[in-house]
Amino acid sequence: MGTVNTSEFRKGLKVQLDGDPYLMIECNFVKPGKGQAMYKCKLRNLLRGTVLDRTYKSGDSIETADIEEIDAQYLYRQGDQFVFMHNENYEQYELTSDQVDDAWKYLKEGMNCSMVLFNSSPISLTPPNHVVLKVEYCEPGAKGNTASNVTKPCKVETGAEFLCPAFVEMGELIKIDTRTGEYIERVKE
Amino acid sequence: MSFDDPQHEPSGSDYLPVAAMELLRRRADLLRQVRSFFDNRGFLEVETPLLSADTVVDRHLDPFGVECGGRTFWLQTSPEFGMKRLLAAGAGAMYQVTRSFRQGECGRLHNPEFTIVEWYQPGHTMRQGMTLLGELAETILARGPAESVGYGEAFERYAGLDPHKADAAALARAVEEHSIAVPASLDPDDRDGWLDLLLVHLVEPRLGRERPTILYDYPASQAALARVRPGPPPVAERFELYVDGIELANGYQELTDPAELRRRNTRVNRQRARDGKPTLPVESRLLAAMDVGLPDATGVALGFDRLVMVALGAKSLADVTAFTWDRA
Repeated sequence: MGTVNTSEFRKGLKVQLDGDPYLMIECNFVKPGKGQAMYKCKLRNLLRGTVLDRTYKSGDSIETADIEEIDAQYLYRQGDQFVFMHNENYEQYELTSDQVDDAWKYLKEGMNCSMVLFNSSPISLTPPNHVVLKVEYCEPGAKGNTASNVTKPCKVETGAEFLCPAFVEMGELIKIDTRTGEYIERVKE
Repeated sequence: MSFDDPQHEPSGSDYLPVAAMELLRRRADLLRQVRSFFDNRGFLEVETPLLSADTVVDRHLDPFGVECGGRTFWLQTSPEFGMKRLLAAGAGAMYQVTRSFRQGECGRLHNPEFTIVEWYQPGHTMRQGMTLLGELAETILARGPAESVGYGEAFERYAGLDPHKADAAALARAVEEHSIAVPASLDPDDRDGWLDLLLVHLVEPRLGRERPTILYDYPASQAALARVRPGPPPVAERFELYVDGIELANGYQELTDPAELRRRNTRVNRQRARDGKPTLPVESRLLAAMDVGLPDATGVALGFDRLVMVALGAKSLADVTAFTWDRA
């Protein structure tokens, strides 16, 4: 495992503290005129999301974290386990629903996602920014109402519920922004 | 702009200045004002070498070394040595606007290359030096007359302890009580290290809020090139100007005793070696000049880039610097 010196500190650095991976989200160089140079850092735990304040003296070093981002295809769900496959070496990874978090709402078999590995084990999953999902159930559309500001709930093929405009019909395909969970548009086959 | 990665690769728009042209024009106006402040008071504007065989020996200042014909020359960390040699030669009151260089100092308030305004006034006491610094701040920033607060008084007020008396353990306890993150590598006996932590977290942010604040009478252990006034407690006749919690200038009642400077240089070099840093030359032409005689004087170094930043209400040096380190 490598180490990184304060002179290389910057936002976005991935480091390891007490065995957990952290992302440096803030790093401020402070130095009283004739005094000790220090780096005041904020670090986010990539497993728990908690944020730590740490101060380092100029010249200190920390362990870097073995973090890798890979493209992985969603294969299937087995109970609480979501199974993915590394697109390059076909290795399979099982993620718990905790690790998958909200992404389950968008997962369709064969979908390419981005997965973060820490010491070769998956720790998080990000679906594509936009996904197209089939509406399995919703109240019938209001005829002639093309206003998109009137919304209603709809249930899609993954079992998740979203809000869509009143004119959307069962069986239609809708595009959702996975970062916000918001409806974007209707799409044709 | 992002100021996080000094080593990044050149890319398409890297040639552009980072500061807005309008702020660079106002920076030029401020430089003219600073120059006329000193010109009107009869200070001589001088120039001294940026690259010198001598350098300041400071525990926390790392100069850039440049190899020339088998010898190491140093880019100045401030124009102090050259100007004091002029002082010893009888130049009288003088000022200089010049670039200075400090390795590894990079951030919102730091750039490894920056502009210093430095001046010397022979015959002045520390109090007179503080008054002149306050006048400059009032003239340029128009934030009212400066107030003065003793280093000890500021620590009593904001950290609840006496920085001249408290031992390292008491300082460490205060740091813990205020939930300040402590670098794991900080030596528990490093009294100045604990004082710096308290200064940065509890004291500095409160200084210069209403009007410019001058902090003075520093711990004797932080004298650098200032004279120490015998106690009790002994204090370094050092003073610093703060505005909006940002340190703008550092001044000394100048140390004139060459034997004392040699002792400090030797002590600092021992400390640098313990810190894993290269030692720096103890002897210098400044010491040669001091052996002959340096007049009593005050000297002040002011970070011009920070002054501009504060005067224009900017958030970062990058807002008022044409090309920062990452585009140098």
